[in-house]
Amino acid sequence: MSEKVLMKGNEAIAEAAIKAGCNFYFGYPITPQTEVAAYMAKRMPKIGGTFLQAESEIAAINMVIGVASTGKRVMTSSSSPGISLKSEGISYLAGCDLPALVVNVQRGGPGLGGIQPSQSDYFQATKGGGHGDYRNIVLAPSSVQEMAALTVKGFNLADKYRMVAMILADGTMGQMMEPVAIDDIEIETGEKPWALTGTECRRPRNIVNSLYLKPDVLEQKNFERFEKYKQIEENEALYESYMMDDADICIVSFGITARIAKNAIATARAKGIKAGLIRPITLWPFPKKPLLEAADKCRAFISVELSMGQLVEDVELATRCKKPVYLCNRTGGMIPSPDEVVAAIEKADKEAK
Amino acid sequence: MAEFHKPKALTDAPLHYCPGCTHGIIHRLVAEAIDELGIQGKSICVASVGCSVMAYDYFDVDCVQAAHGRAPAVATGVKRSDPSKIVFTYQGDGDLASIGTAEIVHAAARRENITVIFVNNAIYGMTGGQMAPTTLPGMVTQTSPYGRDVTKVGFPMKMVEMLSQVDGAAYLERVAVNNVANVRKAKKAILHAFTNQVENKGFSLVEVISSCPTNWGKSPAKALEFIQTDMIPYYPLGVYKDIYDEGGNQ
Repeated sequence: MSEKVLMKGNEAIAEAAIKAGCNFYFGYPITPQTEVAAYMAKRMPKIGGTFLQAESEIAAINMVIGVASTGKRVMTSSSSPGISLKSEGISYLAGCDLPALVVNVQRGGPGLGGIQPSQSDYFQATKGGGHGDYRNIVLAPSSVQEMAALTVKGFNLADKYRMVAMILADGTMGQMMEPVAIDDIEIETGEKPWALTGTECRRPRNIVNSLYLKPDVLEQKNFERFEKYKQIEENEALYESYMMDDADICIVSFGITARIAKNAIATARAKGIKAGLIRPITLWPFPKKPLLEAADKCRAFISVELSMGQLVEDVELATRCKKPVYLCNRTGGMIPSPDEVVAAIEKADKEAK
Repeated sequence: MAEFHKPKALTDAPLHYCPGCTHGIIHRLVAEAIDELGIQGKSICVASVGCSVMAYDYFDVDCVQAAHGRAPAVATGVKRSDPSKIVFTYQGDGDLASIGTAEIVHAAARRENITVIFVNNAIYGMTGGQMAPTTLPGMVTQTSPYGRDVTKVGFPMKMVEMLSQVDGAAYLERVAVNNVANVRKAKKAILHAFTNQVENKGFSLVEVISSCPTNWGKSPAKALEFIQTDMIPYYPLGVYKDIYDEGGNQ
């Protein structure tokens, strides 16, 4: 175990990416993810890597496509409005079956919104964002240590399944400092016989492409991709279960709000209400199984989130609406206090029988 | 006497281009340049969106198909990943001079060591003949049915003139493929643009004035005449920048 150092979440992502063998970073300035780019600008030249500030978010994601098509590890990071601009490229990455890591340090929206923390890109990240039938693996860190660990995991999953892995963090996770240990880790890139490396006139040419003008061929490509997605749903869902053994009220929350929820659970339990937490670590695949199991034991669910009920929909789907799902939220950059969450727990405890 | 062969850098796939379209000639010139420099095995093509979207079917090299206008950014990633590779984009006027203006200008500004083949036929061919950024004043297209009115929709984009003001651009030339003499000059320019990359000389772009008989509503022969009588006067041929040319402007 390497020594712990104090780092911002954004810096932890950058250092972990380098440890994961990512030698290429393309980005465009936007708050509150700027430290990722700043860190990369300093570190990349020292390890023989490439840091390039692109002319736009759109150019940055297309530079990512360029490196990804050559089979090397590559990433970009941005915040909400920038991710909207990158969505075209994310759809192309999906259509070309290219691996890459995309980091979204979310801020409030819609539009230019604000620069304070938010989770309101949940739908964009988990349901699509760009056009067409596709999925991204979406990872939601809840500590600076997890910012680093999930960055490494994201690269490994992206390579394993040839698709985009997205870190869905928020301004708090990006900006706050915590002790973090970033170990030298095992890099699992696998073989990439599809990569564009030049034929050397020794093999048939490789083509990276998302255009299929014959509808039956495109349909088949989509069927194959969704077979892959099915495997991911079966094998890669991650979550943390906290005080769920005897829980009557189950909070569902990810990222920074999951930490607030833990405080609230302690207070609620002191008041005699058995509350627990299921914290999705992968937002896609969504951890449906533990939620469905909890639906048979708990009286109610509470989604604690920094958006207008976006997470509620996935909780209702996962629990098949067996129990009521309450919403405890703030938005626009506001954060709920532990007391607000306690109040939501008390309300659910009183109403849901 | 030399025999006439299909270049090795072209596949055997039949071209999908319309009869009389000059894309076929330009493909051939690019492939000849690749053959002559012996770089087929290390070349990577970035196809764009437009009539040449399926360039990956025709160039017998590794290929990536880019989103509309983004080919220079994708090429930047490919080239930065392995600078020993020869990376070229093949883009039309809608792709390069409209939706992709930011990408091409900044690739030039970075003196990105790539080769850009810019095919200007003054129209959106693939989607059926809409007004392009390079459509001539007064020219009738599907979306300028009364002729391009520059007071309402603006003026055509002169890309090599514009890019010649970008410090990073190393070599810019405009050529045409409407007659044998011009085709030979075009060949020389394309070869030069690839040679520059091999010699790490940086961003090189050749604008090729091309015809679109189908969407211009002209016979192939009349379309070639139109290049001479209307296109070339508006888009003068020649070297606009060559920073390594002693007689040039640097």
